[in-house]
Amino acid sequence: MKIEVNTHEKNMIKWASEHPEAVVLSGDLGSSCEIKGFLNTYPDRYFSLGIAEQNMVSWAAGLAREGFRPYLHTFGVFLYRRVLDQLEMSVAYPNLPVTFVGFLPGIMTPGGVTHQATNDIAVLRNIPNMTIFDIGDATEIESVLQVAHDVNGPVFIRMLRKEVPRLFPANEPMVFNRGRVLTEGTDIAIFSSSICTEEAMRATKVLTEKGLSIQHVHISTLKPFTDPTVVETLKKVKYGAVTMENHVTIGGLGSAVADVIAEEGIGTKLIKVGIQDTYTHGASKMYLMKKYGLDALTLIQAVKNLTGKYFGIREEDLEAVRFEDYTAV
Amino acid sequence: MPEKVYSKEEIQEVATRVRKNILRLTLERGGCYLGQACSSAEIFASLYTGILNLGPSLGSMDAIPFPGVPSPDNMDYPKGSLYHGAFQADKDRFFVSPAHYASVVYCTLAETGRISHQAIEKFNVDGWNMEMIGAEHSPGFENTAGSLGQTISIACGTAHARKLKQETGRVFVLLSDGEIQEGQAWEAFQAASFYKLDNVVVFIDVNGQQLEGYTKDVMDIEPLAARLEAFGAKVMDVDGHDIQAMIDASKVEHEGKPLVVLCRTSAAHGIPLLEKRKPFLHFVRVGNDEMDDFKKFYDQM
Repeated sequence: MKIEVNTHEKNMIKWASEHPEAVVLSGDLGSSCEIKGFLNTYPDRYFSLGIAEQNMVSWAAGLAREGFRPYLHTFGVFLYRRVLDQLEMSVAYPNLPVTFVGFLPGIMTPGGVTHQATNDIAVLRNIPNMTIFDIGDATEIESVLQVAHDVNGPVFIRMLRKEVPRLFPANEPMVFNRGRVLTEGTDIAIFSSSICTEEAMRATKVLTEKGLSIQHVHISTLKPFTDPTVVETLKKVKYGAVTMENHVTIGGLGSAVADVIAEEGIGTKLIKVGIQDTYTHGASKMYLMKKYGLDALTLIQAVKNLTGKYFGIREEDLEAVRFEDYTAV
Repeated sequence: MPEKVYSKEEIQEVATRVRKNILRLTLERGGCYLGQACSSAEIFASLYTGILNLGPSLGSMDAIPFPGVPSPDNMDYPKGSLYHGAFQADKDRFFVSPAHYASVVYCTLAETGRISHQAIEKFNVDGWNMEMIGAEHSPGFENTAGSLGQTISIACGTAHARKLKQETGRVFVLLSDGEIQEGQAWEAFQAASFYKLDNVVVFIDVNGQQLEGYTKDVMDIEPLAARLEAFGAKVMDVDGHDIQAMIDASKVEHEGKPLVVLCRTSAAHGIPLLEKRKPFLHFVRVGNDEMDDFKKFYDQM
C-alpha cells in the first residue's frame, strides 16, 4: 500500500491556484495542519488569527459574506467544541460557505483528550445547514475540496495529515453522499469510516477467506446521510450490520446507520464498534486503536457476536494482511 | 435620488421621535427594550442621518411575513441589509451587535424613510419579519447578532475582506458596553489592530448598565478607553446624546487602526420617569399604577 505524504497541503495549494476566492485562516497551528507550504506559496492569502478560535470563526463569516471562501485550519477539536456558538450563529445559521478543516480526528494524537475530536460528528450532525465529511485516504483528501466546494453552505472536514495511505484508486474520487462499496456480499454489512476503514479492510479479507460474505462500505459523508447504497446494503444482508468509526458510538456513524434501519423499517441487528462513551488519553495511534477497540480484531469479535460464528482468527492472522506499518508513528 | 441632508435640529427630532415611538410600543404592548432606546436614540439618529454613507434602501416599505430561515434552498430571501442599500465599494456597511436594540433600528429606519411607519405596527407580532430581537431577515440587520460578542468579529472579517478588495466604504458597528465583557470582543479588537483595519468604526453605547445592574457592579469594564487604546484602537470618548460630538468623532483620523467612539449615555435620557428605576432598565414594563404618568409624559413629548 502506498503511503502519501502531505497530500492536503499540495492539494490546497493547487486548489487555491484555481480559486482566487480561497483564503486560509489559521489558529496558530498552520505548521501542524499541513498548511505551511500554502503560507509560503500564497502569503497574501494566509491569515493568522492567533490563538483565538472564536474570533476566527466569526471573522471567517465576515469574509464569506464578502465573497471569499475561507478554509479554517486548526485541530478539529478547536473548530467545534470551543466555538460551537460561533459556528452555529455566525456561520451555520446564515448558511455561509465556510470550510472547517479539522485535523486530528478521533484518537489521532498522542496529545490526549484536549486535542482529540472524538464527538465532533455527534455534535455537528444536528446542526442545520452543516455538511460533514470524514476522510479515509489520500484519494479522498485529493477530492474533498471539490466536493465541499459544490455544497451550498458550511462544511466540516475531518482531515487526516502527514503520512496517509492511499486505499482507493487515485482516479476514483469521493462522491458526495455516496458510500464506496469495497466488497460485495450478503451475510453481513460493514460500514466503516476514517482510519477504521483500513482495519476493516484487513478484517474483511481474513473473514472472507473463512467463507463469510461481506458487503463492506466506506462512508465519507456523515451528513447528509441519505445514501441509497446504505439502504440497499442493509436490506440484503442476512445477519445484520457492524459500524466502525474513529468516534464515540453515540451520535456518529453507528447512530446514523441506526436511524436508517429504524426509518426504513429494516429488521436487522446492528453492532457499533468505536469509542464506547469514554474520553480517551494520549498515546500512539495503534495503541489507542487497540485499547479503545478500533482495530480489526475488535471488529472480528463484533462479527462473531453478530453471526454466532467463531472464526478462530488471531492477531497473527491479521498481521499477514497488514497494509501499513503502524509501528512507525 | 439624492439623500436628504439633515440639520442638527432635524437629527435631534429623529432621535426624539424614535424614543417616543418606542415609549408608545412599551405602553401598548406591556413592555419593550425602552432603556436601550433612551440611551441610543441620538446614536442611531446620528448614524443614519449624519454619519453613514448608505445608498437608498432596497427593502420593502411594508413589513413582510417571516421569509424563512437561511438554508441551501432559501438563500435569496429578503435580507435586512437591503434597508442599507446596495452593496457598493464606496458605500458604508452598518452592523448592529446588540440585537435587543431592534426596535430602535426599525424606528430609526421609519424616521429616515427606509421603512414605513405602518410597518412598525408589526413589531414583535407573530409571523412577521419585525422580531423583537433581530436576525438576518430583520430590517436594518446585516447578520444574526443576538449571541453577543460575535458581530464585532463578523464586521471585522467583512472589513478585512473589503480591504482585500480595495473598497473605500467603511464598516460601522454598534456595540453595547456590557457586550465588551465577552472575551471574543477583545479577540476581535486585537485582530482588527493587527490587520490595521482603519475602515472599521465602532460605536459603543456606554449606558453603564446591564440586566443585573450597573456594569461597574456586575463586571466592570473600565477604564474602557485605556483598555481599547491598549488593544490598538483610536478612541474618542464623547457624550452619546450630543449629535455634533458623535458626528465629529466619526471623522477623526485613525490611519492604520480601528476607530472606537465611546458614547456615554443614560438609559433614562429623554424620559426622566425612568430615572428612579435605574439600573434595572433592561426590559421596561409599565404597570397600571404608573400608566397615567407615562401616558401624560408621552403626550407632551
